[in-house]
Amino acid sequence: MMFLNVIWHSLLNRKGTVLLALISVAISIFVLLGVEHIRHQAKESFNKTVSGVDLVVGARTGQLNLLLYAVFRMGNATNNIAWESYRELAADPKVAWTIPISLGDSHRGFRVVGTTQDYFTHFRFGQNTPLSFSQGQPFSQLFDVVIGADLAKKLGYRLNDEIILAHGLGQASFSLHDDHPFKVVGILRPTGTPVDQALYVSLQGMEAIHLNWRNGVKIPARKTSLDALAERDLTPKSITAFLVGLKSKMTTFHVQRQINTYSKEPLLAILPGIALTELWQMMGVMENTLRLISLLVLFSSLLGLSVMLLSSLRERRREIALFRAIGASPFFVFMIIQTEALLITLTGVLVAMLALTMSIQFAQSFLVENYGVFIDSFAFNSETLGILSLILAGTLLLGLIPALSAYRMSLHYGLATRS
Amino acid sequence: MQPSFPENAKSAVLDEATAAIMLENLYFAYPGKRQEPVLDIPEWHIAQGDHVFLRGPSGSGKSTLLNLLAGILVATRGTVEVLGQELGALSARERDRFRAAHIGIVFQQFNLIPYLSVLDNIQLAAYFGRKKQIDFDSTIKQLFAALALDDSLITKKANHLSVGQQQRVAIVRALVNAPEILIVDEPTSALDSDLRDAFMDVLLAISQSRGSTLIFVSHDTALSHYFHHVVNLSEINRLGAGNDVS
Repeated sequence: MMFLNVIWHSLLNRKGTVLLALISVAISIFVLLGVEHIRHQAKESFNKTVSGVDLVVGARTGQLNLLLYAVFRMGNATNNIAWESYRELAADPKVAWTIPISLGDSHRGFRVVGTTQDYFTHFRFGQNTPLSFSQGQPFSQLFDVVIGADLAKKLGYRLNDEIILAHGLGQASFSLHDDHPFKVVGILRPTGTPVDQALYVSLQGMEAIHLNWRNGVKIPARKTSLDALAERDLTPKSITAFLVGLKSKMTTFHVQRQINTYSKEPLLAILPGIALTELWQMMGVMENTLRLISLLVLFSSLLGLSVMLLSSLRERRREIALFRAIGASPFFVFMIIQTEALLITLTGVLVAMLALTMSIQFAQSFLVENYGVFIDSFAFNSETLGILSLILAGTLLLGLIPALSAYRMSLHYGLATRS
Repeated sequence: MQPSFPENAKSAVLDEATAAIMLENLYFAYPGKRQEPVLDIPEWHIAQGDHVFLRGPSGSGKSTLLNLLAGILVATRGTVEVLGQELGALSARERDRFRAAHIGIVFQQFNLIPYLSVLDNIQLAAYFGRKKQIDFDSTIKQLFAALALDDSLITKKANHLSVGQQQRVAIVRALVNAPEILIVDEPTSALDSDLRDAFMDVLLAISQSRGSTLIFVSHDTALSHYFHHVVNLSEINRLGAGNDVS
């Protein structure tokens, strides 16, 4: 206790420089832990978004592009799939189920997904978890809409509220489908995936609101009444993409080839797992660069800590001589310096973890809204433990510089207190 | 008075006949090839309870000698015996403990860790001395009273004390483990003459009453009348002969 008492007061005595060193160490640990956490979480978030889907099919484009717009609702489709092609491929006996997806409209910045009820039966996320409703049920009428959990929470929608969709994407669209408002009939339970960020309407409903549109522009004075709509054929002419579940995984590559060589239009079928792997490979360089940078930041701040302690020795020479005079061993002097370094770093770790927890709390909604990436709160895991041991080992190693210097000083100067 | 530490010192019976300090054929040069030897003392001893004034100009090897007596440096050749214990026979760790338990040291200035309270400073010395003092509080009270220190100082931070108070607290700190030997190195140079005389009076009174051996190092010959013996380092150190200009 005497030992810690000495160190505590010694640090307190130099609180200005100690505080600066502490802040620098805390920031570097914050960066390191933050980068690792977000990297980890982003991967996790992506991986759990899609489950149980064997193939994702869209118009021919890049593998990643298709994955991103069809599953993660990022970016835009380059082309559509003709409805006939979809029907033909979906009818293949090897196919167990399909989920058609039609994109392009939005509501206050959230994307609208035109689909069928199959979406709610077959779509899986996380560890093969099906979607479920916290309130209401799937759409059944033409102008029914089901909304994701985040959207419901953020826009404060409840069952039976009326929603007007906007044509195109973007927060402030001027072309509204205001002739046909939709009624909220279901609210999905939170999934922690982009599912929570979207509205779901039937393909027919989507077709209906576009009846009087041509080339993305509403033709005025041609409002179709509900009765008239009922008589019209609302089968869509095209969809954006579709997800495929196969009866047997064994046929995956066979079906993929079949779709990729489909003669009536150029299509692309991808395995989501493989596309994700490609994504990670692409991100790998960036990840490693970020890692390297955060490690260098850590190194430089620990070096700064060591320099701070080393330069403090100049003014502590007489203190050290005094310690020796009252019977302290050089090892005691060594330990004082090492413990000071360790204490500053440990405090830095605590400050960094606290700051990280708080900033993730703040950043969570921002990341979800803008990037569809879900970051869990900061939690202590084995990886964190590894990083912390690395930090502590680095501290002890760099702490050796001032500590050994103090050790030598205590041997060399002895009781000579006169400079 | 039996030193409680280290164990192998127990064989040396400390009676009146044993010298407090005994140097024999002491030869010292700092490690390194080109280092000039600093000390060469054929024979010197101080009896227990003696008050010795050791003088010599700076550079004459006073500091080196004090480091040797305190066991911080080890003689290149020859023996340094303190309280019958040959210091060279002890390990570095044992010498540190021996110093903590048996030798009190007061410097010219900077005698207290400035950021610790007076009490913490004294307790730190007691901690290294490893004397289980049941009557720690009463020991301090006695010493405070003897040195005319106010009890309220005990909780103050050391650097909030005046220089005179610091020097007297330094004596308390040096004496808290009831050391047999008190080494005082230029303790008065930071004090004005009134304080200096007061300091000398309490220092000598307290070492007298406790029977401590006092080694007082200074170049200020005006203080020599306080002491039984005055020793000029250049008289005992063959290498320092003729260097004494004071």
